[in-house]
Amino acid sequence: MIEVKHLTKKYGDKLAVNDISFKVEKGEILGFLGPNGAGKSTTMNMLTGYISSTSGQVLINGADILEEPKKAKANIGYLPEIPPLYLDMTVDAYLSFMFDLKKCKLPRKAHLKDVCDLCKISDVRHRIIKNLSKGYKQRVGLAQALINNPPVLILDEPTVGLDPNQIIEIRSLIKKLGKRHTVILSSHILPEIQAVCDRIIIINKGVVAADGTADDIAKNITNEHKMTLRIEGQNHSKDDKEEIVSELRKIDGIKYVRADMEREKGIYDYDVETDGKTDVRRAINKLCAEKGWNILMLQLSDLTLEDIFLKITMGDGIDADSDKKAQDKKPVRINLMTEAEEKAAMEAAKEAAADKDNEGGEE
Amino acid sequence: MGAIYRREMSSFFTSGLGYVFLTVFYAVSGYYFYDKVIESGLSDTSPMFESMLIMFVFLVPILTMRLISEEKKNRTDQGILTAPISLWELVLGKYFAAMTLFVIAESIIFVYAIIIRYLGDVVWSTLLGNYFAMLILGGAFIAIGLFVSSLTENQMTSAVVSLVIMLILYYYDETLLEKIQSDSIVKVAAMAAAFFIVYRIVSVVSGNYAISTASGAGAAGVVFAVFHFAIKEISVDKIQRFLSEFSFHTRYVEFTKGVFSVPSILFFISTAFLFNFFTIRVLEKRRWS
Repeated sequence: MIEVKHLTKKYGDKLAVNDISFKVEKGEILGFLGPNGAGKSTTMNMLTGYISSTSGQVLINGADILEEPKKAKANIGYLPEIPPLYLDMTVDAYLSFMFDLKKCKLPRKAHLKDVCDLCKISDVRHRIIKNLSKGYKQRVGLAQALINNPPVLILDEPTVGLDPNQIIEIRSLIKKLGKRHTVILSSHILPEIQAVCDRIIIINKGVVAADGTADDIAKNITNEHKMTLRIEGQNHSKDDKEEIVSELRKIDGIKYVRADMEREKGIYDYDVETDGKTDVRRAINKLCAEKGWNILMLQLSDLTLEDIFLKITMGDGIDADSDKKAQDKKPVRINLMTEAEEKAAMEAAKEAAADKDNEGGEE
Repeated sequence: MGAIYRREMSSFFTSGLGYVFLTVFYAVSGYYFYDKVIESGLSDTSPMFESMLIMFVFLVPILTMRLISEEKKNRTDQGILTAPISLWELVLGKYFAAMTLFVIAESIIFVYAIIIRYLGDVVWSTLLGNYFAMLILGGAFIAIGLFVSSLTENQMTSAVVSLVIMLILYYYDETLLEKIQSDSIVKVAAMAAAFFIVYRIVSVVSGNYAISTASGAGAAGVVFAVFHFAIKEISVDKIQRFLSEFSFHTRYVEFTKGVFSVPSILFFISTAFLFNFFTIRVLEKRRWS
């Protein structure tokens, strides 16, 4: 449906998008995730033919967006970050204009009514767009994208600036649209992407950093598992805390232990990270039994998409072997760095490995 | 094209710009009609049409200032540039919308014709010839205004720049050229032109300011040497005659005198075509930059 091959965009010397490739199949909802300035909007503008690419190719339904623009554009409905609304027109006049502009052959009245009903703007159809609230403007923007039932919908941050109710409405609408259209959705809001999308592409500094379902990415981005423990020592004092931390660290498979705040009087929480291969719960239980401590709480906390996002976009936390593991497991690819950065990163990784050896006690 | 055209037309009237344009046009042309025709007691309309040129200079920028700049500012260009239409449809839709308003405005002269009819005889050939002359002159001016509008995001900048360009075109005629009698001005102009052309080419190729400045200065020096040693005397007349071919004013006034010149018609129409083409290039260029 949509095929993007080695897409690159340079603004002068600045590389905004660097060699992005992906494919979206029919009926898929693809989430485009990345921090501000990552190249999301630039990519979307290239997909829709608003700007051209420096190199690479975009195929919409087999038609190249630059070679056969009319054919390709006829298949796309686009909602840019700022909806392209003529503020001095009424909603009806505007949608009718877009209907003509897209050379839509469907029966005008019925089609516009359908679109308005779908986006829930039927009650504002005779109002001037300037006077509408932000949420309504966004929905008019969406309605405009839906005119002529394009098989591909490209939505750039469709829920930005909406109140929670509206966000939920728009999300469920997009989900509904995903059944009939191929949707590409960009956002920097993680729960949104998680709630709506079948597949996620994380883009950072103009390159694809991860591509796969939320679970795939979570599994591949890291092999660490976290848990939170609340352990009651014998003395109910700070000495307990230090003893517990040092004893926990001795357990095989625990990589990292950190004492958290005092949650109950004299009782502390501990954040524990394991290497992901060994199940340490039994060992901890045994230790506590031997020492006469009580486990008051044990909570496993797997990485959320948020953690993954932070890890990827902050450019830390992924060590050499999770990277290798990720490369073995297609189709999920982890490609954090541009080529230029790669050399530097390799050296950094070597140093990090040396550091780790020194800190052996913690592993 | 139809969709763009219809939207622009309705936008002229919802934004009020169309009303302002028509009101001012009717008021000022009415004044000229009274002053040059009724007051003079002659049914000759030529002086009226000649005076009306300055009015176009001030009014056309109002008509064209927001055509493209506003789209860019409000980001509505993302809507139309991603729609399945070509740039020609987009630009011509806007161009013909402005042209339509212009035609509505200038058709007021038929009302004047009726008034003259009551008082005396209408010279239809002059009147219709001038109607046509205004139409093609307006066509050229609107294309220039549209082009300027595509260069900026700011309506005011667009209006002021088009106004300045049209004022220059208005004053650019033989009387202005005659003031450039001394050949030293021609020399300086030629040297400046040589400098900028070479500077631009070299800076695109090399990207180095020092080298391009030096080669620009070199080119200017060569031009100076050519003038100084090879062409000792410049025939200012010839240059003037050549430059005056580009005078909008001269060509338009010719029409008001009743001369129906085909070269002038072609001149205005090709200007309109050329600037619409430039506008398209600007829009295209923006995508690629």
